[in-house]
Parts: sequence; C-alpha cells; structure tokens
Amino acid sequence: MSNSTRIGREPLIRISKKDVAPWWQKAVVRVVALIAALVIDAIFIYLFTKMNPLDVFSTMFKGTFVFDYGTTFFINKLLRTLRDMATLLCIAIALAPAFKMKFWNIGAEGQVLMGGLATACVMQYFGDSLHTPALFMLMLTASIVAGAVWGFLPAFFNAKWKTNETLFTLMMNYIAIDAVACMTNIWRGDKSAMGTINQATQAGWFPNIFNQRFTLNLFIVAALMIIVFVYLRYSKQGYEISVVGESENTAKYAGINVKKVVIRTMIISGAICGICGFMTVAGKDQAISTATAGGYGFTAIIVAWMAKFNTFYMAIISFLIVFLEHGASEIANTYGGLNDYAASVITAVILFCLIGSEFFLNYSIKLRKGSKKEA
Amino acid sequence: MFSTIAAWFSRTVMFGTVMMYGCVGETITERSGNLNLGIPGIMCIGGFAGFAGGYFYERAAGDSYNGLICVLLAVVSSFIAAMLVGLIYCFFTITLRANQNVTGLTITIFGVGLSKFLGTLVMGEQTTIVASRAHDTFSTRIPWLYENVPYLGELVFSYGFLVYLAIFVCVGASLFLFRTKTGLNLRAIGENPATADAAGINITRYKYLSICIGTGISGLGGLYYVLDYNRGMWVTENGIEALGWLAVALVIFTTWRPMNAIWGAILFGFLSWAYQFLPNLGVTIPNYAINLVQALPYVVTIFVLVIVSLRKKRENQAPQSLGLPYFREER
Repeated sequence: MSNSTRIGREPLIRISKKDVAPWWQKAVVRVVALIAALVIDAIFIYLFTKMNPLDVFSTMFKGTFVFDYGTTFFINKLLRTLRDMATLLCIAIALAPAFKMKFWNIGAEGQVLMGGLATACVMQYFGDSLHTPALFMLMLTASIVAGAVWGFLPAFFNAKWKTNETLFTLMMNYIAIDAVACMTNIWRGDKSAMGTINQATQAGWFPNIFNQRFTLNLFIVAALMIIVFVYLRYSKQGYEISVVGESENTAKYAGINVKKVVIRTMIISGAICGICGFMTVAGKDQAISTATAGGYGFTAIIVAWMAKFNTFYMAIISFLIVFLEHGASEIANTYGGLNDYAASVITAVILFCLIGSEFFLNYSIKLRKGSKKEA
Repeated sequence: MFSTIAAWFSRTVMFGTVMMYGCVGETITERSGNLNLGIPGIMCIGGFAGFAGGYFYERAAGDSYNGLICVLLAVVSSFIAAMLVGLIYCFFTITLRANQNVTGLTITIFGVGLSKFLGTLVMGEQTTIVASRAHDTFSTRIPWLYENVPYLGELVFSYGFLVYLAIFVCVGASLFLFRTKTGLNLRAIGENPATADAAGINITRYKYLSICIGTGISGLGGLYYVLDYNRGMWVTENGIEALGWLAVALVIFTTWRPMNAIWGAILFGFLSWAYQFLPNLGVTIPNYAINLVQALPYVVTIFVLVIVSLRKKRENQAPQSLGLPYFREER
C-alpha cells in the first residue's frame, strides 16, 4: 500500500482529495475506464476461446442494434433493450432518494418482488370481477402499498433504534423471495409452473402499443425520472433529504425532524420499487416468479451509486449496462466457447473498471520530489 | 424417531459447516470495519477452485492417489483463490476507497459468474462432474470413535475433517479477536479507525490482512460444500450462493462473535431443513408453507438485529465504522 508513512521519510506516493472534477474530465475518465474494461474482457475472451476479440465485440452490438432483418425486427430488438433498461432505471430512481439520505437501501429486489406479488394477487382474485380502470387502480395501489411497507419496516427501526439498515434491508429481500415462492406454489396447484396470469381474459395486462405490451413501462419510467429529479433538486423535502444525508446533526439543529424524513423517504423509495414490480408483472411478464426482479434490484444499487443521485445519469448508465448485458448474451449465443456465465463475468469486469475510475475523479495522486502527476 | 432426528441433525451439521466458514470469514472482515457483500461470490470461487484442485489431482495421480496430497491441494487452492478475489475487494475498497456495498455486490456477480463459467469449461458436454475419490477422502469419518461409540458415534463422529476444522476455526478466531493484542487492534479499527490510526496501528495493513484471511476462510465453506456436502459433485446450479447469503445473515445473528457461529450455524441448518424432516416426525407441512419455513433464518436474524439495537448494549452492536471508508486526510 502506498501511503503508509515511515518516520523521517516522505512517502513515495501521496493521495489527496480533489475538488469536483469538471464534466469533460468525468467523461474522459469514464471512457478510459470502459476501454480498459474492454481490453481486459478481450484478453479474457481470447484466453478461453482463442477467437478474435474484435469480432466478438462487434457481435456485442447485435444484442441491441440489428440491421439485417428489417425495420420491425430492429425496433423490437431495440425496444427490448429499452424495456430492461426501464426496469433497471426505475429501481435506480427508487433508490436515489434513499441513497442521497445515506440510507443504504439494498432491499430493492425484495421491494420490487412485493410490489409484483401484490399486483399478481389483484390480477388473480379480482381479474374477473372488476372493470379495467378499477382493476388497474387497485393493482397500482396494492403494489405501492406492498413496496412501501417493505421499505417502511427497516426505516422505522432505523429511525427509532438505529437498527443497521443495510443488513435489515438485505434480509427483507430473502423474506420477499420466499413469500413469492409460497404464493406461486399455491397458485400453480398441481401444475409444474405457474405460467401466465389471466391468459384467457388478459385482465390486468397493459395495452399493446407498438406491438409490445411493455411500451407503457417506458413512459411511466420516463415520467418518474423527471418527477424524482425535480423532487430531489427543487422541493423542500428533497432539500431535507440532502441535509440529513450530509449531516444528521446539522439537520437536527436546523429543526428538521430526522426520523420523519428517514421514514418518509424510505416509504417513497419502497413505493417506487413497488411500482416497478407492478409494471414488470402487468406490462412485461404477465406472470410472477422469484426471478421477476431478476437481480436488477442489486445491479440498480451500482447504477444509482455511480450516477450520484442524478436520475438522468442513471438513464445513461442503465442503458449502458443493459446494452452490455444483451451484447454479452448475444456473444454467448453466437460463440460455442462462451455462455451466459461468461456474460456476467464480462459485465462484472466493466462494473469493476467503472467503480475503480471513481477514484481518479475524487482523488489526485502526487509523487515525491515535487513532481506532480495528475491521474 | 431416533433415526429421523439423527438424519436431520447430521444434515444440519453438514449444512451448517458451510455457513460456519462463511460466517467466521465475514466476521473477521466486518470486525475490521468492512462489510463484504461479496462473500457469496467468494465462496463460489473457493468451492470451484477447491473442487478443481481435487478433481485434477485425482485424474492426474491415477493409481498413485494420495489422500493427504489431495486434501492439501484442494484446501490450498480453495483458500488462495478465495483470497485473491478478496484481494480485489481490498484493492477497491481500501486503496481506491470505493463504496463497500457496491464493490461487494459486484464481487458476487463476478464470483458466481466466473465459477459457473469455469465449471462449464471443465464439464464440457456433461451436466455434472464428480471427484469421487476426493469426496471419499474429504468425508472420511473418525475411524475408531464412529464405529464404537453408540448413538454419539452417529451424531458427532460421522463427519469429514472439515467439520471439526470449522469448529476449531471458530474457536481460534474467537481467541484471536478477544484474547490477543492483534485482535484488539483489529476491533479498534472496526470501531473507530481514526483513533486506531492515532494510536499507531497501521490501518491499511490490518485491513488488507484481515480481509484476505477472512475471505480465504470463507472460501473453505465453498470447498466443503462441493467435496463433502454435495458428494464431490460440481453442478452449475449449486446452492453455494444462497448459503453465502445465509452466512452473511449468520454474522448478524451471532452478534459478530465467532463462538456463537457454532450453535448459530446449527440452528440455521435445523430451520432450513425442518421442512424435510418434520413430516417424518408426524408434523405435516402443506406444500406452500415450505417456503415460509425456509424464510425463518432471515426472520430470526431480523429479530436479533432489532433486539440488539433495542437493548443498546455496546458490545453486541455492529462495529461502529462498519461500511464506512477510512481516509486519513478526511479527519
């Protein structure tokens, strides 16, 4: 390690905190990080398959952009990337208020699942008896309540007794997973899998727009992105959140009710996760399983953290991650030596490089003998 | 009756051993103030590396197979591989001061993916591969005691050596943390790194060493899972990741004390397998409730977490600086 000091000698490398980097520097560092990631991935791919990494990477583009099979195919494929991006982005948006408050909500996976489960319950039990508008209202309300409850519990105990929120929310994920498994087991009865909900009546399904049911998801998430951005930046509550995040003591002196802010913010965070579950079940899958959130609850944590609570950056980063993911599974489908697991290694390497690049934005490295090297 | 309980208990012990390794490793890590959510991925890597060590030795050795060498190779490769992944985590969180949760979760994605990918490379067209002789070695029972002690032989002396090593590691880690000066220093770093730094403790060296050793120990949990619990079989859809998350929960349940991991792991195992053995004892569980029973360890953990924070006893709390990065110039 570099900055261990021995008495009487200046260390070779000194690390010090840097001012906020200008936007172009941020962009350059991120691009360099991405290139580094692709180089490491290229080495990884070459080692195991002996294929030309450039060919492999060009395949990656075909995960999202396909030009060979006509416009409809192109649009459908692109929409599918946007669909997954919307899911990931929605969860990241939900996490933004909590993270800005320095409240580590890593329970998004569970909150999404509970929202989805509530939606599925309404679809199962009221699908035949309610009119469409009433049904959708009930689905939405149920999912918001379910997600909010899953967010409220850890917040309540954290506000009241300082119970560690990271660990609490983590545990809540697995309880949600088991709850979903339990309900799907009841619903499937003797069948081997549960299948689609309301296959015959299509009650509670989103309408078909552009030939896809999930198109509505994209609009909802776009709206949420703007609402949360405005909420965090221009509202009084958003300001309270950032004060609590910076320093709880300052917030107390300023007369902010910290407990109220913590609980309120986590209810909002959980509620948006619940909406995400609602959209996933009603718009994307029309089914529920323990994989409904698909691990995006965890990936979104990385997205939200890297975007530094700016929901528009989140859109860029989540598009990038989904693009890479689809590209990686395209590689896996095209080449024999690689598979879906290789895809997750490729994604992880890219995430590592992006996480590591933060260092060069926040700190500068100074060499001994006065020679100064900016990273 | 006895046979059911005995079977339940021995399944519990074997299941619990995997968690015990993961838990002790994570406890040592968390005591230094780092929350490593990469444990499930690290255990997968440790499991695969250990399996690969045993499997390839077994194939290469042929008739000159020597149990001791096999054990040595498997344990060392598992420990080192897990430690290397832990080193990545250290580099990011300590040297680059990246966020611990984010890095940890990425480590899990990486570790789970890499172990499964390498597994498919070794397997080729097959869906499972077995290191049968390595399994025999790893599950060798204690010779004389197992046969000659009634009841207890079946319950206590019927496991492979890694089970007893796990208990030994728990005791050792506990002695280290609470009875040595180095352990005291390590705990001081977890509570308040700035104070520890001022007292002349080298924070960086302590953190690196404790996390690397901790992840190495966790990796052995994966090794035990594959070569003993899972009968020496490597399958892609293994349960190591789920057990890794249970191990993270167990750390909280034990209130960061390795000694509690011994009975805590057994309790978790007992709860996790309740659905299989209760029907034999006359308690019928409806099909759908199985999942609810399986959620019990997590519910219990939340209860412990809440009660501990309610009672506000200093010595039972999570290390105070858990999850926070330390940068000397920020004081």
